[in-house]
Amino acid sequence: MTTYEAIIGMEVHIELQTQSKMFCACPASFFGAAPNINTCPTCLALPGALPVINRQAVAYTALTGLALNCRIHRRNVFARKNYFYPDLPKGYQISQYELPLCTDGALDITVAGAGKTVGITRVHLEEDTGKLTHVSGGSLVDLNRAGVPLMEIVSEPDIRSAAEAYAYVSQLRQIVRYLGVSSGDMEKGAMRCEVNLSLKPVDSEVWGTKVEVKNLNSFRAVRNAITWEIARQTETLNAGGQVEQVTMGWDETRGRTVVQRSKEDAHDYRYFPEPDLPPLNLDPVRIDELADSLPELPAAKAARYRATWQLSAQDAALLTEHRDRAEYFEAAVAAGADTISARAAANWMTGEIFRRLNESGIAVADIKFPPADFARLIALVETGKINRQAGKDVLAGMWQFGAQPDAIVAAKGLKQISDSGAIEKIVTQVIAENPDPAAQFRAGKEKVIGFLVGQVMRHSRGKANPKLAEAALRRKLAS
Amino acid sequence: MPKLSMAEVENIAHLARLKLTEDEKRLFQEQLSSILRYVEMLNTLDTAGVPPTTSALPLDNVMRPDEAHAGLSPADALLNAPDTAAGSFRVKQILP
Repeated sequence: MTTYEAIIGMEVHIELQTQSKMFCACPASFFGAAPNINTCPTCLALPGALPVINRQAVAYTALTGLALNCRIHRRNVFARKNYFYPDLPKGYQISQYELPLCTDGALDITVAGAGKTVGITRVHLEEDTGKLTHVSGGSLVDLNRAGVPLMEIVSEPDIRSAAEAYAYVSQLRQIVRYLGVSSGDMEKGAMRCEVNLSLKPVDSEVWGTKVEVKNLNSFRAVRNAITWEIARQTETLNAGGQVEQVTMGWDETRGRTVVQRSKEDAHDYRYFPEPDLPPLNLDPVRIDELADSLPELPAAKAARYRATWQLSAQDAALLTEHRDRAEYFEAAVAAGADTISARAAANWMTGEIFRRLNESGIAVADIKFPPADFARLIALVETGKINRQAGKDVLAGMWQFGAQPDAIVAAKGLKQISDSGAIEKIVTQVIAENPDPAAQFRAGKEKVIGFLVGQVMRHSRGKANPKLAEAALRRKLAS
Repeated sequence: MPKLSMAEVENIAHLARLKLTEDEKRLFQEQLSSILRYVEMLNTLDTAGVPPTTSALPLDNVMRPDEAHAGLSPADALLNAPDTAAGSFRVKQILP
């Protein structure tokens, strides 16, 4: 039995979230739209209609290339990729071939805590195709998606496992979301993956036959297809067989890859420069401006949170997962710079705020109170003005009505009782009402103190400062 | 440049989805070969100092702002369609 290592390269197609299509002014939105509602002579390929490049799509692709540490090429040429398929009305797709916008990049990924660099071969721009629906007696063609800007990111064959592929794709998605260039929603087709996989014996440098797996439309499909292919090819080779050079698809229902095309009927695309489009010759000043506009990316953000605020790796990763959440958190820390610790803010953010965001499904932008009010709430708890439970109640009010935390504290009378005289009175009453637990504590049953503190909290309707209450109880019971 | 082989002509016809008779194949074999020989004259020129040209237009960087406008109505979009169903173009069954 030979042990094999997988050599994996990925091609990821990402739909850009522009207003209009790549080469015409039709709206680029297609998800859930009535069929053929966003078409024009250009994207229908009517004779004489000419394409014009969408400036924003070029900027989004260059921005992605910059985030992936690519070289951005000033001179770019679009090319025709020729093939016949009903979802492609022109009979060719406008893509980039010899002179793509971005090349020679790298993405650092983290897999199970370990770092790894995946080379980026190229990032280029092309147009999406229409949608086919297969019905009995024919196939229906909807061209709303035909001509929507599509960015293709091709990696070097640096990936070695399903887990690495999963990390690569999820970190790519996180980056395009940070940049705001794509929704990255795989379930809506905004991101589609292809895997090129071959095996090599661990003690050899000779790679086996490459198999392509297309149409991987979820993270799970990426992981499962790779796991399946590694097992299938290993079994074939160990049984003395040969891996055929084929294009496969992923059958989600059966959980296995299926052959779509063999080498014999491979496409012959006959690329040539698109004569209808003059070449791009980008202004280097504009490329520099784009580079300056790059936001802080998630990995850098997480590293900064750990270095500056001593947050755990787990908290830093959670907080930076989505850019809007990270920015809300940072604004709260800045607003509460003199009153709260970043760690306290991180706890409230990853706990209460994330829970409420996830439960309600609303966006950070729709939170009804500003980060400064959130910081104020945390300060009220941290300084002991209200206790933690009251803090959660106040947050509930803020969440629902957007009211200011101090106003809610005043209106609900939640201000914590830290007056020692008032607490003393309640403590005396609690000890009198609970002679048995008091006696047990005096006899050394330490755990009973929790029950007694609870009684004090109940009597004060949650307003007593629990630390002061416990101290007073201990003092009284010791005397 | 030798004459295109019959297999090459058949492959080109297949890529263009054309069904040619034997006579047509021989006709196009001659004509395509003649076109290639004509274009091949360019190879006699010294192009050492000429940058690769992908467009003959004296233009570059023609782009438009990302603004969406309504295009054709679905009814107009489908006007030339040989067959339609459910607001879509209908074509022969394509196996998924």
